[in-house]
Amino acid sequence: MDIVATALPALGEAFSLIFKLDSIGFLIMGVLLGLGVGVFPGLGGIAGLSMLLPFIYGMDPVSGLALMVGLVAVIPTSDTFASVLLGIPGSSASQATVLDGFPLAKQGQAARALAAAFASSLFGGLFGAVVLTFFILVARPLVLAFKTPELLLLTLLGFAMVGVLAGRSLLKGLIAVGLGMAIGAIGEAPAQGSPRMDFGFWYLQDGFKLVVIGLGVFAIPEIIALLRQDRAIAQGARLGAGWWDGVADWWKNRWLSLRCAGIGVIVGVIPGLGGSVVDWIAYGHSMQTTRDRSKFGKGEIRGVIGPESSNNAKEGGGLVPTLLFGIPGSGSMAVFIAGLVLLGYQAGPEMIKNELPVTYTIVWSLALANVVGAGLCIFLSGGIARLTTIRFPLLAPFLFMTIAFAAFQSKQTLWDLAALSAIGMLGIFLKRFDWSRPAFLIGFVLADQTEVYTYQVTQLASARFRRGGYDGLWEYLFSPISIVLIVIIVVSVWFGARQSASVHVDEPATKTGTKFAPVAFTLIVTAFLAAVFVDALQVGPMTDKVFPAVVAGAAVIACLILLIRMRRAPETDVVFADEAIADRDMPHGLWPTLGWFLSLLLLTALFGFVIALALFFVLFLTLRAREKWGMTAVLTAGGVGFMVTLAWLLNREFPAGLLQYLLLQNGVTPPWPFGGL
Amino acid sequence: MRTTLFTRRAAIALAACAATVAPQAAQAEVSFAGKTIEWIIPFSEGGGSDKWARFYAPMLSEALPGKPTVVVKNIPGAGSTKGANFFASRAKPNGLTILGTSGSTQFPFLLDDRRVKYKYADWNVVLVSPTGGVAYLPKDLAARWKKDPMDVIKNVEFIYGSQGATRLDLVPLLAWELLGMKVEPVFGIKGRGDGRLMFERGEANIDYQTSSAFLSKVAPLVKSGEAVPIMTWGALNDKGEIVRDPTFPDIPTFKEVYTQVKGKEPSGEAWEAWKAFFVAGFPAQKMVFLPKGSSPEIIEAFSKAFQKVIARPDFAAKSAKRLGVYPQSTGPAARLKLKQGTEVSAEAKAWVKKWLKDRYGVEL
Repeated sequence: MDIVATALPALGEAFSLIFKLDSIGFLIMGVLLGLGVGVFPGLGGIAGLSMLLPFIYGMDPVSGLALMVGLVAVIPTSDTFASVLLGIPGSSASQATVLDGFPLAKQGQAARALAAAFASSLFGGLFGAVVLTFFILVARPLVLAFKTPELLLLTLLGFAMVGVLAGRSLLKGLIAVGLGMAIGAIGEAPAQGSPRMDFGFWYLQDGFKLVVIGLGVFAIPEIIALLRQDRAIAQGARLGAGWWDGVADWWKNRWLSLRCAGIGVIVGVIPGLGGSVVDWIAYGHSMQTTRDRSKFGKGEIRGVIGPESSNNAKEGGGLVPTLLFGIPGSGSMAVFIAGLVLLGYQAGPEMIKNELPVTYTIVWSLALANVVGAGLCIFLSGGIARLTTIRFPLLAPFLFMTIAFAAFQSKQTLWDLAALSAIGMLGIFLKRFDWSRPAFLIGFVLADQTEVYTYQVTQLASARFRRGGYDGLWEYLFSPISIVLIVIIVVSVWFGARQSASVHVDEPATKTGTKFAPVAFTLIVTAFLAAVFVDALQVGPMTDKVFPAVVAGAAVIACLILLIRMRRAPETDVVFADEAIADRDMPHGLWPTLGWFLSLLLLTALFGFVIALALFFVLFLTLRAREKWGMTAVLTAGGVGFMVTLAWLLNREFPAGLLQYLLLQNGVTPPWPFGGL
Repeated sequence: MRTTLFTRRAAIALAACAATVAPQAAQAEVSFAGKTIEWIIPFSEGGGSDKWARFYAPMLSEALPGKPTVVVKNIPGAGSTKGANFFASRAKPNGLTILGTSGSTQFPFLLDDRRVKYKYADWNVVLVSPTGGVAYLPKDLAARWKKDPMDVIKNVEFIYGSQGATRLDLVPLLAWELLGMKVEPVFGIKGRGDGRLMFERGEANIDYQTSSAFLSKVAPLVKSGEAVPIMTWGALNDKGEIVRDPTFPDIPTFKEVYTQVKGKEPSGEAWEAWKAFFVAGFPAQKMVFLPKGSSPEIIEAFSKAFQKVIARPDFAAKSAKRLGVYPQSTGPAARLKLKQGTEVSAEAKAWVKKWLKDRYGVEL
């Protein structure tokens, strides 16, 4: 009752602040900007907000807030376009959406998938705002109840989802997780900063960024496969179900949407978890609660609705640690806090207490932006879905340009493109030999927090033990929240194990070829993991050594078991799954197709990105897409012009090449955009 | 003794500066009309240094001759050494590229990190923004501390959420060690905010925050009695001596606490080492540089512009919330702080490296 009495007057004041013509105007402006930036993969809220900050200074607070919140709110909405239409994970929030959204687009149901996703986003966003309105007043003790053991358990819950995502061979799924974790452990160790697997090379010292891994593992294999087939994304270039069907799909699955929105809010509220795991938990949950799971990964609408409901709700939930503790839940929230400061507000406990109407203005601007943004997207989805009917070779240079630029946002160096190519090759092989790519990604995403929390819990628990004996230890490790989490994890693992044993029985036989290629790939993976293990042994401080040693050691053992099984099993066994057998009929080979992407990397290394891009467009469109010169000129100018304009608006640089290096050596600074980093 | 030494050093430094710039003599009045100045921040968007630069940028733009556009450009990576290296190798001395650094850029420099390819002595400092740090305890321990600090120092096992012993956390960890406190750092947190959260959750029982974070995030806990400040790291006066932090005049400094419990003023290699890293991490934490070879007119234009910003009638009110009530230094005062924060004696450096290796197993 008390909460309602505090909340309602402040809420009323907040509404009177938001529903003014100029606030709404700025909100819509923010939404439009956010949609524009969000459509482009890899940029996300950080780039968009940073672009706004210079204008925020000196603005009227409510208008400034409306502008910023409008932008932040719709990014997890609009990034869905890239995920569904092109198979490119638009941001970390919509990686799971790719799994079923893109197959739907290939079946000509892009509009339906998009509309279902946007309806779910809209609902998730509104749900998040409603929960937040009251929860933010009482959240403090609850958030503080999530201590390090609970955070570790929540991380483990993310791993529990691997069971359902592992694919046909659980063993290969587990190795994929281990591989992801091993790659996640490259670079400065999170505890004491020891170098790991970096060979003294600065690029590896910071480790790989999620955007490079996500694009490499999901986008590149799909783009290459489509390009080899030379066809439109939608089979036969026909569009099936329209956007209205998608909205109807959401309504049919409204309870799933509600549960996933709940998951999103909870994960968002807890600081320290990061949002990148929430869509996987939601995806796993969607799978576990669906009776017929055979369509997952091949175009199951529930696989779109689940993650999309959770990722917008998470954005609302993420405001709790941001506003209540001043701890940003994500990169874009960090910039958001900076923007608040420019408007004269300090995020923190005082803000909730003293500036409740402003806080509610933020919460409900978020809800309103979701309504405007998702509504707009739903109506646009029918038209934008036509992208999937375009002949793919015409689309491909734009996609290569997009993912290259997105990857470059990771560390702003040419090496980003090299890393993207390397991870892309790994992704192609993971796909070809049917190793679970989601499992790999979950391993990568959770590597850091698993390591840190495991180490911290060990240290904190032993301190408790020294102070309070076993009683102190049990009390610390097994709080009521911990016990609930443990039960959920056990149930999830049990579900996963049961599912991987039963669900694939009635599936059509996997295509297998000879033993040679799958065994060779397994040997390479084993060698890499063994190298990680050996490297870990060289690390000095114990705290930085244990995690990679244990993970890589266990994964090597799993690899050996797999190799033994490979030796015994016949060539038709699932462990020898090899997509290349089915891909043989494709009109273009793998290596020439991949060569086109590598040529962009090579050209960039020579001439810098902008010149390379222009050359690449012309070469690709004339030689590969066999377009006439007129069309080639138009598309090249459009592509390069768009790229340069975007970079100029967002104050971004391009990768530089040998040419720029030589010019600089001779004291000539090439003019923007031909220079670079 | 020390004071005179420092002032003499400063005077020499000044003379040296004047000597190098003299031959270039008078040029036309500097104007940046219609130009864009890039302010390189070697950290990601939304971090402390980014916020600091974005706070100054619009005011700097108004104060510079010709009112150029000032944009903040983030080049994060390799613990901020990537952006600083970029500035060192690429920036032209035309006033259109400036660099903002923080303690995280200075610590790798002081510890001879192999990634560092920049020298502070090459650059021209035009602004130094100091900060302070405050350590605090939960209320039960604070009550015991108030009664008898020795009891707490000897008998309490402390847990502290830390970002790593080679980062800014070197200053508190070394201070507590010098007092003889048993502090076990739990490494792996991502920022001081996470450390505070660990304290609030009751998992850590000691923490420190920089001034602005303390004012906005810990002060409410102090008001409700959940946290009690016990010491600050102090501030530097114009003579380079450690004095009480002007933002927290009622809280004793670490130096005072040390003198109280040990019965004598701190001295020796360990203390010299602590002091050097303290200056680099706090009083000279954030600095703005022009590249090597910038003309005196350009340096002067920037120094004047920052003075103008600081003299704005609304600056005090605006910055108190953001930066604490520390005097922002320009001109000779800035150069003195730069010197103290970037020049550490070989002995002190060697002592810290050995301590890091013996105590935390960190090989540098």
